[in-house]
Amino acid sequence: MTEIKLAVQDLCVEFRNAGKTSLAVRDVSFTLGREKLAIVGESGSGKSTVGRSLLRLHPPTARVTAKTLRFADIDLLAASEKQIQAIRGARMSMIMQDPKYSLNPVVRVGEQIAEAYLAHHKVPHREARERALDMLAKVHIRDPQRVYDLYPHEVSGGMGQRIMIAMMVITDPQVIIADEPTSALDVSVRRQVLNVLEELVSERDLGLIFISHDLNLVRHFCDRVLVMYAGRVVESIAAADLDQASHPYTRGLLAALPSLDHRRATLPVLQRDPQWLNA
Amino acid sequence: MSMIEIASLSLCFGTGAALNAVLHDVDLSVAEGEAFGLVGESGSGKTTVLRCLAGQYQHWTGQLQVAGQTVTRNLPLNHYRTVQMVFQDPYASLHPRYTIDAALQEPLRIHGIDGRAQKVSEILRKVGLNDSFRFRYPHQLSGGQRQRVAIARALILRPRVLLLDEPTSALDVSVQAEILNLLADLRRQEGLTYLMVTHDLAVVAHLCDRVAVMQQGRVVETLDSQLLASDGATHAYTRLLVQASRDIQGIPIAV
Repeated sequence: MTEIKLAVQDLCVEFRNAGKTSLAVRDVSFTLGREKLAIVGESGSGKSTVGRSLLRLHPPTARVTAKTLRFADIDLLAASEKQIQAIRGARMSMIMQDPKYSLNPVVRVGEQIAEAYLAHHKVPHREARERALDMLAKVHIRDPQRVYDLYPHEVSGGMGQRIMIAMMVITDPQVIIADEPTSALDVSVRRQVLNVLEELVSERDLGLIFISHDLNLVRHFCDRVLVMYAGRVVESIAAADLDQASHPYTRGLLAALPSLDHRRATLPVLQRDPQWLNA
Repeated sequence: MSMIEIASLSLCFGTGAALNAVLHDVDLSVAEGEAFGLVGESGSGKTTVLRCLAGQYQHWTGQLQVAGQTVTRNLPLNHYRTVQMVFQDPYASLHPRYTIDAALQEPLRIHGIDGRAQKVSEILRKVGLNDSFRFRYPHQLSGGQRQRVAIARALILRPRVLLLDEPTSALDVSVQAEILNLLADLRRQEGLTYLMVTHDLAVVAHLCDRVAVMQQGRVVETLDSQLLASDGATHAYTRLLVQASRDIQGIPIAV
């Protein structure tokens, strides 16, 4: 592994709501180098919450604590809002799940990409437009000139997601957090989007955090996998070794997947062990 | 005997220059007690076929038959005692301000069936829930529990055909396994016929006997679901789907 881009130690996130405190993330530790790190788990396991804490995207009701939360040489916990703004979207950016909801419906998609660039660079609008067009070509959009002037409802899901990727990569970040970037897409389109991500990651020496609930996808796409359950990391394993996963939760998730090649009369259902909450 | 018979079903939206043909001469035949899958990418018209059968569109052309009865444009009430539908997203398909009890009683009331309370608690047990769920609201249930309620609502009129529109795509894999098992058990116990739409070939291979592959409003291939796994698909598009779902490793840059 090359230089460490992100270091997280004992990250906890609490939400306070109507006098009740709920612990969404508990003692999560990991480091990210130049690699593709997957965070998998069921809904509610806290995987997106981890991603959001890195960019300080939580509402004020959230309390984020950690022993270490470091991005390159910046302490993310101590950083001022201004410092975070200089990082967010520029040096570390996040790709959201569904382009239908994440793109502004009344602004042309090209303008939205250019806007991301302009937010962090003092350049003439014309130059931002040039860069946005380049970026659209980079994510394999065939006719950038035409697509630049489309509105989000005029593009398909796969194209929308590639536009989101273009928007997040145009500022040349070092770390990208992708929050279920392909779960709203068809299998055939999913490949395209993953190809684009893969290309960008290897071309630009990026660190990628790939949040997903799809173990099969992660197994082939990522280098390392963190498995989360109820706010904790229960297992950290190389993606290639997932078959040898030791934690019963990981094994249960793998077994519950229906498979094209091995038909079974009934699928084994995950048996949850209360012990896992404290493990 | 075939339970669902679809012959040259076509459907268009819009008129004049904006005319958009969504289905082109779709032919399908599903035997009684069979689980039949419809696969294809979004926009291929799979859900539209279900909606025609469920009576949500009236302006289609062609012949539709369910359980020997011709499906007419204006469906009689008793059609819905034969055919019921389960929708994709259990977060959106249950009325947020109806209790589970109210949601399940509504179809019974519409059809003038008595002994409702009794029937509600029977059906809840059948889908693996119990009476403690009756007076809760949907937001007090997990995604998997909600989908069980949606299945219960479809089954409470004791239909013979269930139309399943991506019943597990909004659920986690662990919960998906529970729902798929439930659907397999119910089919065995009740002798139901399933027509299931999905884009997940592994789910189809698990639950269905036969599969039709749709592309741009046409059925391009109909085959046994075992053939999917054994490379028995002949149409290029089917093979593409199989390949896409089997591996994402060694991705060729073919964008």
